[in-house]
Amino acid sequence: MATEETYEMLQAAMLEYDEPVDRVKFDFALTRREFVGVLGAGLLLTVCLSSADAQTPPGGQRRGGGGGGRGGGRPTSLAARLHIAKDGTITVLTGKVECGQGARAEITQAAAEELRVPAGRVTLVMADTALVPNDGITAGSGSTPRTLPAIRQAAAAARNMLVELAAKKFGVEPDELDVTDGKVVHKESKREQSYADLASAEDAGKLFGEAVPGNVTVTAVKEWKVMGKPLSRPNGRDIVTGAHHYPSDISRPGMLHGKVLRPPSYGAKPTNVDLASARAMKDVSVVQDGSFIGVAAPTTFAAEKAIEEIAKNAKWDPAPHPSSKELYDYLRQKARGGVPTNPFADDLAKSAKALRQTYNVAYVQHSPMEPRAAVAEWTDGSLTVWTSTQNPFGVRGELASAFRIPEDRVRVIVPDFGGGFGGKHSGETAVEAARLAQATGKPVSLRWTREEEFTWAYFRPAAVIDAQAGLDVNGAITSWHFININSGGSAVESPYRIAKKRSQYIASEAPLRHGSYRALASTANNFARESFMDELADAAGKNPLEFRLAHLDDPRLRAVLEEAASKFNFTDRWKQKDPKIGIGLACGTEKGSFVAACCEISVDKDEGTIAVKKVTQAYECGAIINPANLKAQVQGAIIMGLGPALREEMKFSGGKMLNAAFSRYLVPRMEDVPDLDIHLLNRPDLPSVGAGETPIICIAPAIANALFHATGQRIRQMPIKLA
Amino acid sequence: MEAFKFTVNGQERTVTTDPARTLLDVLREEFQLTGAKFGCGEGKCGACTVLMNGKRIFSCRTAIESAAGKSILTIEGLAKGEQLHPVQQAFLDAGAFQCGFCTPGMILSAVQLLDEKPKAGSAEIATWMNRNICRCCSYASIHNAVQTAVGKE
Repeated sequence: MATEETYEMLQAAMLEYDEPVDRVKFDFALTRREFVGVLGAGLLLTVCLSSADAQTPPGGQRRGGGGGGRGGGRPTSLAARLHIAKDGTITVLTGKVECGQGARAEITQAAAEELRVPAGRVTLVMADTALVPNDGITAGSGSTPRTLPAIRQAAAAARNMLVELAAKKFGVEPDELDVTDGKVVHKESKREQSYADLASAEDAGKLFGEAVPGNVTVTAVKEWKVMGKPLSRPNGRDIVTGAHHYPSDISRPGMLHGKVLRPPSYGAKPTNVDLASARAMKDVSVVQDGSFIGVAAPTTFAAEKAIEEIAKNAKWDPAPHPSSKELYDYLRQKARGGVPTNPFADDLAKSAKALRQTYNVAYVQHSPMEPRAAVAEWTDGSLTVWTSTQNPFGVRGELASAFRIPEDRVRVIVPDFGGGFGGKHSGETAVEAARLAQATGKPVSLRWTREEEFTWAYFRPAAVIDAQAGLDVNGAITSWHFININSGGSAVESPYRIAKKRSQYIASEAPLRHGSYRALASTANNFARESFMDELADAAGKNPLEFRLAHLDDPRLRAVLEEAASKFNFTDRWKQKDPKIGIGLACGTEKGSFVAACCEISVDKDEGTIAVKKVTQAYECGAIINPANLKAQVQGAIIMGLGPALREEMKFSGGKMLNAAFSRYLVPRMEDVPDLDIHLLNRPDLPSVGAGETPIICIAPAIANALFHATGQRIRQMPIKLA
Repeated sequence: MEAFKFTVNGQERTVTTDPARTLLDVLREEFQLTGAKFGCGEGKCGACTVLMNGKRIFSCRTAIESAAGKSILTIEGLAKGEQLHPVQQAFLDAGAFQCGFCTPGMILSAVQLLDEKPKAGSAEIATWMNRNICRCCSYASIHNAVQTAVGKE
């Protein structure tokens, strides 16, 4: 989800850990024998094409280094992709994580499709840096366009090799053989070999020893039997029985529970912190290392009491910090290099109509259900951490750097965890837990509180967006100038046909730690652009749909817009005016997929409330891999998007968060859910791209436009509130 | 430190601990019943929901002393062996989860609804389930799952 510039911002904003670490002799490293011990004897296939390589953009190394571990010479993971045991069990390995967006199901489907087995035959091992190849960070809608092709190529290569092995055994040519349900069959002679038979063969290991080329033909979309169909989450049963262990559920022998002392406000420095009374508490260990102060105790309760004891009397020197009320002025004033002027100012002055508007977007927090959590354990100078992160190899790098140990002495394991939304790219909780574990000599579990998550995790960046455009006498846009201050460059470019246009993102001095978020800046940019397009349509005296279509060439964007508008009956309904009911639309594109939404809202001016009654959304992301998962992503994104559209906004003053709790920061709940009418446009002729983000970008501008339709009131901020 | 006796998933349990310690912490840290989750600590998200004498409670806001003598049901005790509870089965069939962190609390909330209002309508379900947050916003599927389970009763 991180765009390049914001990943760098995130890196810069990461907590600095400058801790003296006890020097220890390291003599532990996972060996290949231990690896095979995990999977059992059989065939282990190393395939040349890894998706981490696939994630390297043309012409250079992937920026941000989120994958970690790739600049350090020899590979630190075994980079093996697929294992077939002698009993026929198929294990596929990936560095991707599962945090609710369906990577586990879709990667399983991809492997099963190419191996010609039912999905249930494939076991997927995810995000254990000791076992899996580095597939990079799970973000930026990258798993579908980059990891899935790598998995498919590996599985197809494996299938080809098994076929060759069978051909040798049968003394026939490979193209005389068929593969179905995990068996290689020679129809003519009615002979067959299962994958288990082939994996057990004595000479198999020799044949499979070499890395196989990744560049093989994969199954065409029209031949798909497992992909293209719904597959529910493979470990779904463990979810409904409570058997699945999330990172915060991991328990280790002798494990302690940790807590970390937080400053009372941003930038506050400790002047006097008395640790004596906490140290005197039974079974409590207190760890101080520079500005890091934490405790560990046998129970969370005892650790909380100890940290409260320390916090009670701690003295701090506060730092100046702007409040959320002055945020937008602050961001504009601090814009790096100043806010650029409109290069088309002359054209604008000469246009029949000129519009200049500014849109503001508040800071919001991902607030995933599972707050950051990590369990850290040191064994003979090597560190194992179970943690919730979208970036397992990056966190391994953070830990290695914080403790000044080689990366191959650090193992990061990411159990399927409780939500990320772009908010879990960093490893601060892992580092904190590891520091406590190091000092106490015992495994330590550290789980942030909701207040910590709302205060010390990073936020979706706030935005100030200036938009200027001119119209000619026919209502065509003649020039366009669009500046995003602070929030990022995703989808900053207009998809509309305009002769003279310039769009630009400029950084500012962000008062809060910020970083990625589902769809990142494309939400803010699309909110401003699609609101402004509605304002231009109104100025031109045009229907908002016609006005957009008149400026739109991209056939894929036109297709979703026309689909949503038609299913919603937008044109007819837009003609009906009612101050209590508004309808609006918006469209947009980001990360290669296309979305359009129409919505109906009800407005209660006396109560000051806006309720979204219905959303019709059309979405297209190429060939659909798993329609059930896709629908879940689209529905989830729309409802999640209602929060920052209508209510969510971090408020702060004097460096303190004023609403760091679910009681004061209101996220969408079941009663907020509108009637959802989702239309997924399948394009089997086009490559599949990720769908976890872009479906979120239209709901806010569609609501703002609906509010204008009902009341004539134009609200140029997120959250959208009646003036 | 005091000793507290109560029933968890049909088993008599005793714990000696601070009376102010939460039921959630005791379930998770003393009994390794980690199905109930910490989500907010203020009884606003429902991730910690368990049933106490058949009624849903926020175990993060329930001191262990007030659980003494009571009967607690957690998600781990809901299925009968391999046989899932109808609400669990409905959630599984509907794929009514994404990350699944809210799921145990959602399911236990719905179990009480089913016990008390076996014919709950759509709006009643939404109002009842409004206490539980799902940040992946699988609400539409969760609503369907609860509706399906209600229909089967």
